[in-house]
Amino acid sequence: MGAGSWTPAEPLLAVRGLKTWFPIRSGVVGRVAGHVHAVDGVDLTIRQGETLGLVGESGCGKSTLGRSILRLVEPTAGEVYFKGRDILRLGSSEMRRMRREMAIIFQDPFASLDPRQNVEDILGEALDIHHLAPAGKQRRERILELLGLVGLSSDYADRYPHEFSGGQRQRIGIARALAVDPSFIVCDEPISALDVSIQAQIINLLEELQDRLHLTYLFIAHDLSVVKHISDRIAVMYVGKVVEVSPARDLYRSPRHPYTGSLLSAIPIPDPRLEKRRERILLTGDVASPVNPPSGCRFRTRCFKAQPRCAAEEPPLDTVSLGDHQAACFFPLEA
Amino acid sequence: MTSFAHLLELEDVHTHLQLKQGVVQAVNGVSFSVDAGETLGIVGESGSGKSMTALSIMGLLPRRGAVVKGRIRFKGRELTALSEDEMEQIRGTDVAMIFQDPMTSLNPVYRTGWQVGEPLRIHRHMKMRASIAAATGLFKKVGIPEAEKRVREYPHMFSGGMRQRAMIGMGLSTRPSLLIADEPTTALDVTIQAQILDLLRTLNQEAGTATILITHNLGVVAGMCDRVIVMYAGRIVEQGRTEDVFAHPEHPYTWSLLRSIPRIDADEHLPLRAIEGSPPDMVRLPPGCKFQPRCPFAISRCATEEPELITVREQLARCWVTQDGTSLDQAAAGG
Repeated sequence: MGAGSWTPAEPLLAVRGLKTWFPIRSGVVGRVAGHVHAVDGVDLTIRQGETLGLVGESGCGKSTLGRSILRLVEPTAGEVYFKGRDILRLGSSEMRRMRREMAIIFQDPFASLDPRQNVEDILGEALDIHHLAPAGKQRRERILELLGLVGLSSDYADRYPHEFSGGQRQRIGIARALAVDPSFIVCDEPISALDVSIQAQIINLLEELQDRLHLTYLFIAHDLSVVKHISDRIAVMYVGKVVEVSPARDLYRSPRHPYTGSLLSAIPIPDPRLEKRRERILLTGDVASPVNPPSGCRFRTRCFKAQPRCAAEEPPLDTVSLGDHQAACFFPLEA
Repeated sequence: MTSFAHLLELEDVHTHLQLKQGVVQAVNGVSFSVDAGETLGIVGESGSGKSMTALSIMGLLPRRGAVVKGRIRFKGRELTALSEDEMEQIRGTDVAMIFQDPMTSLNPVYRTGWQVGEPLRIHRHMKMRASIAAATGLFKKVGIPEAEKRVREYPHMFSGGMRQRAMIGMGLSTRPSLLIADEPTTALDVTIQAQILDLLRTLNQEAGTATILITHNLGVVAGMCDRVIVMYAGRIVEQGRTEDVFAHPEHPYTWSLLRSIPRIDADEHLPLRAIEGSPPDMVRLPPGCKFQPRCPFAISRCATEEPELITVREQLARCWVTQDGTSLDQAAAGG
């Protein structure tokens, strides 16, 4: 794939066989005793203008996957094609140019903003690194424009992070991501640290910005209700692997992977009459370890449908394949 | 032992916190009761006063906090009049509390079985070996596998869900009449949350332990609680049976919150109806109704006069608009 030959008919982002393993060092000399298989062979595509939701519980690797795609963490193996180019093979100056296209919004609006920089410094830094606006009037105007995009008053440019509420800080984080005019943004749990009454504001803002600026999102979160609302398609991860990918609406109506089914049945719904009638698939035990994942299907140790085959063979993601809906399971749930 | 009308009764409780910036009226005129075997939910966001209410009941307020007014009666006994020793007796035996982060309530340098058995040694005068045996039994009861092995382990060897189970076990060891759970599952994955809530439900049904469940998650309340209290800015703004409050909320905050959360079972993709503004600054509260700055139904009276909490149809609600006979659904539809 040569540079410049990509068209929007092809996926904006295509991930192939991505693995990110973290070494576990032990002993006095720090020899490598094993690895955390945080991301253990993931294939994904995201089309331009789309929102792909990525869900899973603690340790499933979703945050690591988001960061690996942006090379904030260096992957161990695999390819990440952005507009047709494998960005894992790029040198540092080419990668820096590529970083203008890809941005990230972090979970913690308290930890991700430098308390010693005011808003103008925070937003200006991104502009300066990429030489996007010469100092002076143009730079200031761009900063005010960014504040306007995220619904913050221009008065706030001179203030420091501690002067803002959690929701406002998250807006600053979003403005910072937009500063480089990216086409792709990884949203890593952007609302989990916010009060419930503020979450909807930020979700609406992200959706509005996507329409206005033609953005593509990878939306990582553990709250499936939020992910379903904002996403076009959803990928479900379990211990380093994607176990199901489906259009958002279908995932709730007809999950195929037993893990997805139990995840969905565990989500409390704010409707007392419905809650009383619900049948839950309660899983036994805890999430499998990414250090020593079970053989074959990783979910089999908690799965109510597990058979001997599940220990012997690992089901590929397209074991169940119906159009846009795929699931890695030999004994999927009924439609 | 005096006879009592309710297991727990709060009457016009006011709790103040001395902060550098001023006095925060963290709990402002809260009254409610809990009966044996009931599960009461307290819902609110940051600054609502829900946790402070629980700490006021337990006598566990931070150093700069104090109950300045009101009565808290447990089995007819006035808790605010008790000495610390007397409170400790009650805390260890008849009222138990579990918190959000079990890692901070479990001492990392003691084995879990030793800790879980501690209330039995102190308050039931059990010997060490007997208390460890009792702890083992409790671990089995709360669903911790390999209980005999686990009692000898340290907290860091437990997963989050298991630690929470251990805390629940410890809380229930002396068969309390009342269990207060402050965000017990917020830090846990959703499938683990479902297991823990199921455990609490079972224990409530089998042992008849009254439960106060404090959370910001309306779905959890819908599935677990007979009655619910909604708090905002230190006040109760709505109170009633869960089914009634969810089906026809009589306070704009409750109404708006229910409509702003994405639901997994929602079919259409409409923008979320976000609540404007942010939770109030507890040091600088506005005059009149505290929710008025964000309220879609506010009338002029709301900015100057704070409403009382009175009966509105099936619930108690603190709102001029609904106290006047208007239904919020109708008001919203009518424009």
